[in-house]
Amino acid sequence: MYKCFLIKYSEIGLKGKNRNYFEGCLVTRIKNVLGKLGDYGVYREQGRVFVECPEDYDYDDTVEALGTIFGISGYAPVFVVEQTDWDSVAKGVCDYVRDYFDSHSFTFKVFCKRGDKSYFKTSPEICADAGEVLLNAFPDLKVDVHNPDVKLTVEIRNKTYIYSDCLPGPGGMPVGCNGRAMLLLSGGIDSPVAGYMIAKRGVSVDAVYFHAPPYTSERAKQKVVDLARIISRYTGPINLNIVNFTEIQMYIYETCPHEQLTIIMRRYMMRIAEILANRGDSIALVTGESIGQVASQTVQSLTCTNAVCDMPVFRPLIAFDKEDIVKISEKIGTYETSVLPYEDCCTIFVAKHPVTKPILHIIEHSEKLLEEKIDEMVKTAVDTREVIRIKD
Amino acid sequence: MEAYLDNAATTKLCKEAFEVMQKTMLEDFGNPSSLHLKGVKASEYVKNARKIIARELKCQEKEIIFTSGGTESNNMALIGTALANKRSGKHIVSTRYEHASLYNPLLFLEQQGFEVTFVEVERDGRVSPERLAEAVRNDTILVSVMYVNNEIGSLNDISALSDAVKNVNPNVIFHCDAIQAFPKFKIIPKKQGIDMMSVSSHKFGGPKGCGFLYVRDRVKLSPIIFGGGQQNGMRSGTENVGGITGMAAALEAYSLNRTDYVDRMYELKTRFVKEMLKIDGVVVNAIPCRKETTTEHNGDSENKTEQNHCFENEICKSGINQNSDLEAGIRETAPHIISVSFPKAKSEVFLHVLEMKGIYCSSGSACSSNHPAISGTLKAIGVADEYLDTTLRFSLSPETTQEEIDYAAAVIREQLPTYMRFFKK
Repeated sequence: MYKCFLIKYSEIGLKGKNRNYFEGCLVTRIKNVLGKLGDYGVYREQGRVFVECPEDYDYDDTVEALGTIFGISGYAPVFVVEQTDWDSVAKGVCDYVRDYFDSHSFTFKVFCKRGDKSYFKTSPEICADAGEVLLNAFPDLKVDVHNPDVKLTVEIRNKTYIYSDCLPGPGGMPVGCNGRAMLLLSGGIDSPVAGYMIAKRGVSVDAVYFHAPPYTSERAKQKVVDLARIISRYTGPINLNIVNFTEIQMYIYETCPHEQLTIIMRRYMMRIAEILANRGDSIALVTGESIGQVASQTVQSLTCTNAVCDMPVFRPLIAFDKEDIVKISEKIGTYETSVLPYEDCCTIFVAKHPVTKPILHIIEHSEKLLEEKIDEMVKTAVDTREVIRIKD
Repeated sequence: MEAYLDNAATTKLCKEAFEVMQKTMLEDFGNPSSLHLKGVKASEYVKNARKIIARELKCQEKEIIFTSGGTESNNMALIGTALANKRSGKHIVSTRYEHASLYNPLLFLEQQGFEVTFVEVERDGRVSPERLAEAVRNDTILVSVMYVNNEIGSLNDISALSDAVKNVNPNVIFHCDAIQAFPKFKIIPKKQGIDMMSVSSHKFGGPKGCGFLYVRDRVKLSPIIFGGGQQNGMRSGTENVGGITGMAAALEAYSLNRTDYVDRMYELKTRFVKEMLKIDGVVVNAIPCRKETTTEHNGDSENKTEQNHCFENEICKSGINQNSDLEAGIRETAPHIISVSFPKAKSEVFLHVLEMKGIYCSSGSACSSNHPAISGTLKAIGVADEYLDTTLRFSLSPETTQEEIDYAAAVIREQLPTYMRFFKK
């Protein structure tokens, strides 16, 4: 059984003087995620992060958990030899091949990295010598330096680390290193994916859901909570704001031209999201919009909804086709929940032919009709919101 | 205040059932098939339950097969008879408005090479004996008709249906889904020409996960679940001792007070229907009524009797003797199910409005495209399109009180105008 994982990270390794900060974020994130599974040791050493597993750890659970941590480009279960003298290294390499491979007939190539540059053998020497040791110990092994079945890596640091199998990580940057943003989360397919993708760039996520009882049911709300829980596996804890939107929606419905309902509703959703972002420590908004997908996501409509925000609005799916979004949602496990058939507040009152090319000043003119009560309603909606802390 | 008006979905467990079930689970918890004392004791409970049910149905004890509930009973009845009788014919007759647990096994049988005729339902929500008989052929092996429709509460004259069918082909096996009817009505299968009957326990104060299938002696039926050979090999699997015992206890309690219970529910139903009909535009579905119109014809007076499938308040306003007419109509339906259409108040939304006020009911039918359950019942009885997704089902139990009914009616009257205003343009 492997006792240790070696964590590789790509992008943050390229950082200059900030590298220490990013590495720290990654280590914190790994500690938080693995902390739920048991007592893992996580430590940094010369451009590497190592995870030491407790005695009774579950291999599959650990691999799965590491696969959810942004910032990890790959991770390898490693065989650790405490000493670095040559005899121990040679024995370690043989033990590793004997214990961790079912068949001992394959082609291989040895790679080497020395953290300790004063080691008495150079890297090419270590590769050659380790290869010789293996060939002597296992007569059916063959060297193939161009296309080996097994790429065996020996890393000599204050201990010796031997591994061959590197699992791909999710990439990106560790969550928490790039601030926090407020995600507009509906019950659909797109917004959870948008949250996932923003988190992949190291942004922590809070979320807001617009609930319209009795037009949207408790089940619809529970569905959003469930979706938030699924993406929180990747994003870390989420503060989910549930805003009662019924009164505002009804007021718009009764007061403004029906075909503008959706666009005006969305403008108020953005306004409220920005207010909530300011109250928390979010510095941007995130939506699951994609150009042209529905009437409220044409370029003209996006311009209209964008106009109410001072904060930057990130739309990670803006140029994605629906199929591609679906593929990601299936990969991250939100699809099944997203397609549960409960009404959401955007669909119930939607006009048969909503405006697809709204003109900003006309929309603003319609909103003037709301002046009398809307500010008070927005304030009430914000003040009476429910906040749920979502943790995986 | 709270008003649970969804008793056709499920009922609260009755005290009698709870007490005896507790005993079977904590003390006499043995496996009825075990040879030792604990097993014998457990098998006594099952035997006793069988006796109680047989007494209710005036049938033999061996004619009862315990199942996991209504769905399994229906599956076993259809698939089991189809398998056992396929040499006599491959034709089955049923109706357009059966429950999914009956309809879907029929679709399965169609895929297996059986032919199924679905008979149209009359506009009053009942199945006509003539129409049913027309569908029966020489190679028909099975006819299945529900006793009480679960969505609209219409009540079929099962004896007449069975007679009509057997006049055409005496060898047909007549199955009845009595899940909503039993034990509200005293059913004696042999007298009513029922060869098989499905029952579910949690519709009358028993526990969920339990039910039975009555199978008349000498009806050919194949088991659909195989294993240790319990219940004479007809339904393998360790008997659900607690469930069976609880079901029998609930049945005993119910049948002891049946007349009282049913009368009270009819009274409450009538009261609620009258309240609903006072609201403009509201329609109560599937209550048969006779509207008498007199036309003068060359001095001859001709009485025309017209059958109408639903009560609208228009009829109430203009009808003569409307109240006694309505009460008579209600007595021709099930005592506990009321199907009401609220024009322009979408059922899913209005259901949640009532839920917020503590009133629990079901959407009678859902037909919007993003809905999983597309029900044919309302369509089958010819309800107008605009009512299809504005219909709610309220269902009573013997425990329902007049206060609950009045409260629900008051809330509906108060809330309806608001939600009609916000109907999708």
